[in-house]
Amino acid sequence: MSTISTTTTLSTSLTGRRLPRWTPAATVVGAALLAVLLGTVFSIHSKLQWCLLGAIFFVLGQYLLAFSVEGRRQAKNGLITSLVWVAFLLALLPLVGLLYYTISQGIGVINVTFLTHSMNDISPNQTGGGLYHALIATLEQVGLAVAMAGPVGILTAVYLVEYGNGGLLAKWVTFFVDVMSGIPSIVAGLFILTFWIMILDMPYTGFAGSLALAILMMPIVVRSTEEMLKLVPNELREASLALGVPKWKTIVRIVLPTSIGGITTGLMLAVARIIGETAPILMLVFGTDLINNNPFSGPQSSLPLYVYQQYNAGTDASQARAWGAALVLIVLVMLLNLVARGIARWKAPKHRA
Amino acid sequence: MDLPDTDLPDEAPPRDNRAHDSGAQDGRAQDSAATEAPQSPTTTDLLADSHQANRGGTATSEPTKRGKRVVRPGDLIFAGASRGSGILLLVVMAAIATFLTIRSVNAISVDHGNFFTTSGFDIEDTPMVFGMSALVLGTVVSAVVAMVLAVPVSIGVALFISHLAPRRMAQALGYVVDLLAAVPSIVYGLWGALFLVPHMLGVNAWLNQYFAWTYVFKQDYAGDQPRSLFTVGVLLAIMILPIVTAVTREIFLQVPRAHEEAALALGATRWEVIRTAVLPFARSGIISASMLGLGRALGETMAVATVLSPSLVLSLHITDPGGSTIAQNIATQFGDALGSGRDALIASGLVLFIITLLVNGGARLIIARRKDYSGANA
Repeated sequence: MSTISTTTTLSTSLTGRRLPRWTPAATVVGAALLAVLLGTVFSIHSKLQWCLLGAIFFVLGQYLLAFSVEGRRQAKNGLITSLVWVAFLLALLPLVGLLYYTISQGIGVINVTFLTHSMNDISPNQTGGGLYHALIATLEQVGLAVAMAGPVGILTAVYLVEYGNGGLLAKWVTFFVDVMSGIPSIVAGLFILTFWIMILDMPYTGFAGSLALAILMMPIVVRSTEEMLKLVPNELREASLALGVPKWKTIVRIVLPTSIGGITTGLMLAVARIIGETAPILMLVFGTDLINNNPFSGPQSSLPLYVYQQYNAGTDASQARAWGAALVLIVLVMLLNLVARGIARWKAPKHRA
Repeated sequence: MDLPDTDLPDEAPPRDNRAHDSGAQDGRAQDSAATEAPQSPTTTDLLADSHQANRGGTATSEPTKRGKRVVRPGDLIFAGASRGSGILLLVVMAAIATFLTIRSVNAISVDHGNFFTTSGFDIEDTPMVFGMSALVLGTVVSAVVAMVLAVPVSIGVALFISHLAPRRMAQALGYVVDLLAAVPSIVYGLWGALFLVPHMLGVNAWLNQYFAWTYVFKQDYAGDQPRSLFTVGVLLAIMILPIVTAVTREIFLQVPRAHEEAALALGATRWEVIRTAVLPFARSGIISASMLGLGRALGETMAVATVLSPSLVLSLHITDPGGSTIAQNIATQFGDALGSGRDALIASGLVLFIITLLVNGGARLIIARRKDYSGANA
């Protein structure tokens, strides 16, 4: 295609001149050597700068080599490929760093005492204590939120897909689900604070927190359920209706079971989203160091809130506890994600191409 | 049709009018054509039909030529419940807007500063003087820094996963990105405060040394702990990166295979395929993914509250410690605020709500416009 390269390599073959397959590896080695050399000569201490230098040399080297041998278009292709690799490594670095750091800091803290005790009578600079009260409160609050947002969300999605028919109400609901999914968590917290605590004069309880979590969860559930219901083939509905099955029974016995895998996955992912919400919890559940199993009366704690409080306490012992709780939180979220994926895979139609 | 349908309830299945609701428009037309075989369905027929469908079958058994309408309580209850949930959702949204607005109006009426231009947020003394300018500035600056850093990298990573990485590696990476997108923000906050802040010291000094002429990277307090808006921006970038990547990757995977193959068949290199087939198709998707990330960054509370050492000054030296965002300010001041002080915080929350609304609305508009002229569904 490019005239220059074809004229220079006219005789040999149909394909243009290509670099051997080992070139990228060789360039990596060359760039690394150059970076180390420059680093030691100019006495650059930061390893990060060495890496950056190496990356720059690698990209440049690849480009120049490809340009001289394969031509401009191939060189540009190589340049972009290298840049994408760099972007990928750049992104991976902090993310893996975050996971690694949390695990390495948190793993030493977690033991049976940590998981089964509260912070009762433990001052910030003492070691010991645990997150049992926070863990149990988080599970209760999230459970309540699911109990509220789950049915409402799923029914709303059913309305949008099965009954809405593109009507005015359906359009409004769709629009406001979008709006709702953009609500910052702290604003949801503020709303429950005004409505539930300031106007209805209710006390600070775990339930207040779960109300805010439910608001945050609802749009996610509606969205994912809606997508799943849309995937149910219309033939199934028609077949059921043709047999004289009432519409509601068609939905409950045919449509929902067909998409139950996807709906569960959506629910799990929504739970994973809200389980780490701190801001509304911070305003609504008040926080306590004691075990309170009743989310409807008295202040509760929560895992993310516990992390925040232990971090804010500022002592070594409390920050170690913060890392431990953060690790427990991450593990919970990951478990939820994996279970969701497992369900999705297990329930996925087997014959799909 | 000689026999009325009502006499043959078993042979002709009862024409449940709600059956049409699930079908598309043409499905409805076919349906009526099938049951009223000899007559071709006229427009009036269809209109009447849809009208009755909307009524939800209030008439019990009208012996019309269309057949018996059976009203089942189950249907009524279920339809009512699902419609009710939809309405409940609208009511909640309306309540949020109403209550926040009422409280905000209360707060602004006792504000002794200008709500928009005052930079301080003093809500503990009795004549309260507060305004949004410094908070909005901090919120926007940190979110913009996050976007500038995160979006190009996310696009790169998404391209890597969808088009460049070896297939097995790509699948594993997809999982990893999804998992990372679910890491709670408080964990990012903890990591940011205890790990990232000390490590940003060198970066800030370097920026100050070589890029002080840009004004934004100039440091008035060089060497201080970098609990600054810039650090917050970097942390937010790391935080929204998995989300933006996950959404963008989904879009890239939806690019029709035929488009890419067409480009390849014309002799395009991989980059040319991406530039001519993938990116144009995905442009609006990338924009909406970025907006989603921007919304997250604007409303993020805990990751900012742990990292920042808040101060309410109007300064664009983003690497200097200080600055404050709306969400973080609410979280920090909430504990001490009482009565109208809380109203003031609620007013700032309303401003945040409006900002995120505008951002999300913008994203929706872009997507909606895209739908109109996209021929990609084929």
